[in-house]
Amino acid sequence: MTTPPSDQRPARSDRSPWNWLLLVPIVIPLITAVYNADEPRLFGLPLFYWAQLAFIILGVASTTIVYQVGKRRNGR
Amino acid sequence: MSEHLTEIVVFAVLFLLVSGMGFVAARWRRPDDLASLDEWGLGGRKFGTWITWFLVGGDLYTAYTFVAVPALLYGAGATGFFALPYTIITYPLIFLVVIRLWSVSHVHGLVTPADFVRARFGSPTLALLIAITGLVATMPYIALQLVGIEAVLKSMGVSGELPLIIAFAILAAYTYQSGLRAPALIAFVKDTLIYIVILVAVIYIPTRLGGMGSIFDAARAKFEATPAPGDGYLLNANNQLQYVTLALGSAMALFLYPHSVTGVLAARNRGVIKRNMSALPAYSLLLGLIALLGYMAIAAGVKPITAGGKADPNTVVPQLFDAMFPDWFTGVAYAAIGIGALVPAAIMSIAAANLFTRNIYKEYIRRDATNAQEAAVSKIASLVVKIGAVLVILLIDPQFSIDLQLIGGVIILQTLPSVGLGLYTRWLHRGGLIAGWTAGMAAGMLMLYNIANPATDHAHFGGSAFPLAKLGLDTKMTIYAGFLALAVNLVVALVGTLIARAAKLAEGADATRPSDYFADEGDPRVHDIQLTGSH
Repeated sequence: MTTPPSDQRPARSDRSPWNWLLLVPIVIPLITAVYNADEPRLFGLPLFYWAQLAFIILGVASTTIVYQVGKRRNGR
Repeated sequence: MSEHLTEIVVFAVLFLLVSGMGFVAARWRRPDDLASLDEWGLGGRKFGTWITWFLVGGDLYTAYTFVAVPALLYGAGATGFFALPYTIITYPLIFLVVIRLWSVSHVHGLVTPADFVRARFGSPTLALLIAITGLVATMPYIALQLVGIEAVLKSMGVSGELPLIIAFAILAAYTYQSGLRAPALIAFVKDTLIYIVILVAVIYIPTRLGGMGSIFDAARAKFEATPAPGDGYLLNANNQLQYVTLALGSAMALFLYPHSVTGVLAARNRGVIKRNMSALPAYSLLLGLIALLGYMAIAAGVKPITAGGKADPNTVVPQLFDAMFPDWFTGVAYAAIGIGALVPAAIMSIAAANLFTRNIYKEYIRRDATNAQEAAVSKIASLVVKIGAVLVILLIDPQFSIDLQLIGGVIILQTLPSVGLGLYTRWLHRGGLIAGWTAGMAAGMLMLYNIANPATDHAHFGGSAFPLAKLGLDTKMTIYAGFLALAVNLVVALVGTLIARAAKLAEGADATRPSDYFADEGDPRVHDIQLTGSH
């Protein structure tokens, strides 16, 4: 009824301790206390604006690392 | 009108060029025939990393975003900047989720999120609810793309509804002919234009306005001078929770939209999607910079176009370009926004048409529809959807369609337990999921109904920031209504599941197997199983 026939063992898996890295760019942009301020400014941009633009780098870095590590582990 | 002649000529030439590409796209990577949803609706499911990047980028970052986000910053300040953290959070959040969706969809030949729910929970009723939710949430989104074009036309002094109708008729014609290949090909031009325009804008405009520092000082001065409590160039104590929950809620909702799923499923393999999760944030950078155009407009003293005594804030960015750039480049910028509306409108109408075909037509009207019949029905449905969108714009106040879009975000979020959680577990009972959906939808509507917006003179449906005081809490804090509605949905789904299990209600059959969620291109089982499930 609920159990489908499992004639095939899962050959692959997405599990990896590195996946926890994905939490970093999810959690940090949600803590407004970190960046809700004017000073210090960067190129004239208040902290509120340049910090959130900088978080893009966090997102790119964590997804890239998780992808690359996963690729090596699966050998593909 | 003559003062805008150069702009109009440049705009028209670029627009026609792109429309030509839309028609030619049917021949691009031409398959033996286009008469199946895999070909017409998903471009052959063979798009590589670059095409997917342009396609999904062009799909998620729409003309409306480019016009409305800076307009929000222009009007309310920091709260409008939520669009940036929202698009940062979304990729790591769904990184592991969408690859499961890709795999299971390719093993079972699924085309829509409702198809997945049908296969996973064996419940045509739940699938129908998911399909209707997707349709209702997508329609106003398409209408809003027209608002983007309208803002540009207004700024060029082109009035009347005919140009808008012609633009959409051209779009409808080449989408009909070429399917998903058309927006995929046009997206190259659209995004190239947008990147050029925005880079020039953020480098050149500040030099005219005394640098970034003075732009922010002008914005600060404007918001300090206004009596409204919610605005400001930084967040205040009462709107931080709203900012955070809106960013997180929107991030969770983004890949539940049928058009996002269409873009993902058209990818060739899992690697293409994973690489795009790292590459798509390039658009977020663009979006963050575009948002700042709203403050540049404040510093430049730009005023929105007023028609019939009502200011249209969406014209702020076009007006800024008009004030700052030489005419020919303003024309290019307008074309970028106009073409920017075509790509998402095409993908959204295809996604909506696929939902109708797969989950209503095939499920309830014609069980034994062939691939060719499915494609034929989808093509016609895509036309109907676009006519509907045009009617929405012509018949009702655009402000109302913006409200509808707001409602769209809240309701699409209610499909998260079935689609998002369903990709991981089918512990939740289909009966519980239906009850949760109903409760979440009702709670969401009730909250939205009770949100007033004095700025736009709306007593109801005036925004997505629900005051916690209405729940009896002694605070001025607000929260994103969709977030609360989702919480209600989840609690009811949980309790409903326990009740359904206790009452021994029948579970639906699960047509998927655990290994299906990891399948990749080249696996023998990818593409060889058709949708099966209890009828």
